[in-house]
Amino acid sequence: MKTRWKTLKRRWIQIICAVLYNCNLTGFAKGTIYQGNLKSICIPGLNCYSCPGAVFSCPLGSLQSALLSSKYRFPYYMLGMLLLFGILLGRLICGFLCPFGLVQELLYKIPTKKLQKNVWTRRLSRLKYVILAVFVILIPLVFLTPGFCKYICPAGTLEGGFPLLLKNESLRQLAGRLFQWKALLLVILLVSAVFIFRSFCRFFCPLGAFYGLFHKMSLFGMRIDPEKCNDCGLCVRHCRMDVKKVGDAECIQCGECRKDCHQCALSFGLKHDIPEPEKKYSDNI
Amino acid sequence: MKTGSEQKTDMNKTTKIIRGSVLAAAVLLLILGLFQNGPADIRNKAVRICYECIGIG
Repeated sequence: MKTRWKTLKRRWIQIICAVLYNCNLTGFAKGTIYQGNLKSICIPGLNCYSCPGAVFSCPLGSLQSALLSSKYRFPYYMLGMLLLFGILLGRLICGFLCPFGLVQELLYKIPTKKLQKNVWTRRLSRLKYVILAVFVILIPLVFLTPGFCKYICPAGTLEGGFPLLLKNESLRQLAGRLFQWKALLLVILLVSAVFIFRSFCRFFCPLGAFYGLFHKMSLFGMRIDPEKCNDCGLCVRHCRMDVKKVGDAECIQCGECRKDCHQCALSFGLKHDIPEPEKKYSDNI
Repeated sequence: MKTGSEQKTDMNKTTKIIRGSVLAAAVLLLILGLFQNGPADIRNKAVRICYECIGIG
């Protein structure tokens, strides 16, 4: 009962965040986007700022846009904001505050046969670092185009593309090959999310890759009590992400592993007071 | 020669120093960005429909 309550609490936080980020409901009806001052603030999760409901800015879109003009103005504000999110919460953002993560988790609830993590999913999970380096940083700097938003971002197509095109005849006429490509990619990613837990987050999300860099330093997240932990490895074995230990770069800090820990060694909190254990379980699994 | 627990304490100290430095750098960058009118730049981009994001080009 207590365990179910913990999962429910996380789900409610995800839903509340998704609604808060996209509370401009009139935008969906009119096919327009919000133009108020709140858009000068970035949210920590992946949520397209061209979604008719979005009242805040997308961190990845804003970063790429800032990099496009970085020749004239260094992107202090965006870098500061992303560093702050990373150092405070790390990938806890993926587990609790990302609307696209919520969409994928809901799709995974569809009862079908699921693909479990294996050596290939672990290898594929490194791809997101390449996408971060090439599509988010290199392409905007060299080719002056927001590479990730333009060629990959499924959140933009789902939250911005479809709602806006449905309501605007003029935009529909402009949609061509690029839209077809992005729509196809979106469908592939959404279908894969039914069979593979958070497939986009694990293999492609550059925001998750960036926050993952802070896994050792982030202030808040999952803590392991070394006094209580008996190194049984159940937490890692039952985790659906490609983790090698709780709290590593692949861990989205969702806290689902707390229900598997019979020693009650896992908890949320400030990470500064409990040292991390060194044990890795991946070799045994 | 340092024992395992001493090495662990050293590692924790290093993590704390890095964490503090990154936090300070983040705050500094944000302040610099505020002076540079960073929030207005973000807003100016976000209040217009991003054609790349929605797949138009």
